[in-house]
Amino acid sequence: MSGRSTVHVEVTAIEQITPQIKHFTLRPVDRAPLPAFSGGSHVVVVMRAAHRVHRNPYSLLSAPSDRSAYQIAVRRMEESRGGSEFMHTQLQVGSHLEIAHPVNLFPLDKIARKHVLIAGGIGITPFLAQLEDLHDGAIPYELHYAVRAAEHAAFAERLRAREGGRVRFYFDNAAQAIDFDGLLSGQPLGTHVYVCGPAGMIDRVLATARRWGWPDSHVHWEKFSAPPSGRAFEVFLARAQIGVKVLPDQSLLEAIEAAGVEVPYLCRGGVCGFCQTRVLEVDGELLHHDHYLSDADKLRGKSIMPCVSRANCKSLVLDL
Amino acid sequence: MSAVFKPDETFRDDFSFRNSPAAIRRFPLPFPADDYMYSVNLEPHLPGPRGSVTEFALDIDEHYVAECRERAIVLAAEPLRFQALPHMMSAQWDCLELIMESLARDYSQHFSLARDGNRWHWINRPLGIDKAFTFGDASTLPQPPLEFITRQVQGDWVVMDQRDGDLWTEAGMVTTPADWSLDFDIGMTFKEWHGPVPLAHEMNVFDRALKYLLNLRLGAPVRRLNWTMTVNPRLDTAPELYPFWGPDRARVDATNAGDLVHLRVELQGLWRLPRSNGIVFSIRTYFISMRELVTVPKWARRVHRVVKNLHPALVDYKGLSRYRDAVVEWLAPYDDGSPTTPGAAPE
Repeated sequence: MSGRSTVHVEVTAIEQITPQIKHFTLRPVDRAPLPAFSGGSHVVVVMRAAHRVHRNPYSLLSAPSDRSAYQIAVRRMEESRGGSEFMHTQLQVGSHLEIAHPVNLFPLDKIARKHVLIAGGIGITPFLAQLEDLHDGAIPYELHYAVRAAEHAAFAERLRAREGGRVRFYFDNAAQAIDFDGLLSGQPLGTHVYVCGPAGMIDRVLATARRWGWPDSHVHWEKFSAPPSGRAFEVFLARAQIGVKVLPDQSLLEAIEAAGVEVPYLCRGGVCGFCQTRVLEVDGELLHHDHYLSDADKLRGKSIMPCVSRANCKSLVLDL
Repeated sequence: MSAVFKPDETFRDDFSFRNSPAAIRRFPLPFPADDYMYSVNLEPHLPGPRGSVTEFALDIDEHYVAECRERAIVLAAEPLRFQALPHMMSAQWDCLELIMESLARDYSQHFSLARDGNRWHWINRPLGIDKAFTFGDASTLPQPPLEFITRQVQGDWVVMDQRDGDLWTEAGMVTTPADWSLDFDIGMTFKEWHGPVPLAHEMNVFDRALKYLLNLRLGAPVRRLNWTMTVNPRLDTAPELYPFWGPDRARVDATNAGDLVHLRVELQGLWRLPRSNGIVFSIRTYFISMRELVTVPKWARRVHRVVKNLHPALVDYKGLSRYRDAVVEWLAPYDDGSPTTPGAAPE
């Protein structure tokens, strides 16, 4: 975001931990202590590729008390817009990156009586740091971790060693599936449930929790939508008095930034609401992909989240 | 500010508190213009000019030692001025770290902090404290971590947990309140806590402020100024003690207002806390008597106009109803009607 201070880090270790996931260790170049953080936090990693800058959020999975290095894991996306591709193919030990300070949009509830954690695939990452926090306390917890097959279960050995019976694995190829009804119908009062994984898994947990009468305040989810690609369109920034072209695989926010206009942001995933921008005029349709604006707001069409949303329009004028 | 401490000042009984000429010049006047209304006046807490109250993250000034002694007096009588709910322990350590790091970095002549992993060694020279302890192990400190460190720093401290899309007031050290009570407010949400403030709710000030604070970023603290007036430089105007300070208001008249009435300004800072994901809110109080204030001619004109034209609901909420007219009358001779320059700085 504007005026945001970044930390320059060096990649000090890269490990291929599943066929699609690489595990990176990032140490500050100046070796000064990094900020401590809370489990569930992410950092936005700034990747300066040859022709464009990628800024992707990745959950921190290292122990929050470890201020010497941060660790992240990146899954190579089949339809990468360039970020995960860059992380997988361009980085070597010794490469430099910039990261922003950690932000937590998926924290553990501090007055919960019990935590039920549900991970799908790469969605395990925020829970790894949260488990470090949970080890210190007396609050019961359990982790349910679903992956396509055993070889895709990142950090499985570490979890088995440290968590023992508190972690349960589910492998799709062995026809094992989480019994969401069974899991969510029998929890004691004061339990909080957390889910991070594919959209379908999150939707099922939310629907199941609602059906069993869970209060919304006890159901937590994290879904970083990668900005979807779409057709190219043009936008006019009223205050800057410039026109900007948004390419098919570029987000509106990225295009605005590439034009030299700074927009405040935190999550770049359509969750936090920080980059909310006023729409002054639109001739066409806004394609809202965020989880922040209400349906009514989306219909009203006066605001857009440029980090994930696009437009299918003849013209679009933003208050920037 | 390289201040010489005035350890014998008092904020009760004989009220010997005074500002030096240097302290008057750096007073954080909260009025950038000749009128005043609420706004979401939050700004990044970036270093201000050399010598100003915002030069450093936390301001230690000539009243430091005396204010710490005043806090100890209050706590001895009323231990519940410090409270922390059980789930706030990691936030307590976050606050201890923030305060120790800031003081040792910015006032190395007075404070030092040596760290070897979790083994910390803290030295506070003005208060004569030398303590080795284990960070994260509360049994190695004589008081809970937040109490231990806030006994050694000026200003009140409130710690909020963030959950359910709200901020919950769940720990704090409040011995210098402008008529509000931690004991009454602990456990409240952000809007419940601010419930008594007039007008601002209708202006959606708290909706906007809450939304802003929920997204407060680590490493990017913010600040604002707030103000009221207090008769005598009495730091502890707790509502529970109203019988002891409320009647002072009836003693103010146009002849003694210059010495009795003090502008009371709060420099409020807000930091995101790293381990707990909570937010700490510091309320650092500055006093200036009307007589000290008029030594800056621009401020005399400015404050005369602000107080004279203040919205009636704010006059009432700030507790000024009884003596506002006396203050205006006392200040009037210092306002010749000439314009003031924009901004709050002295001319």
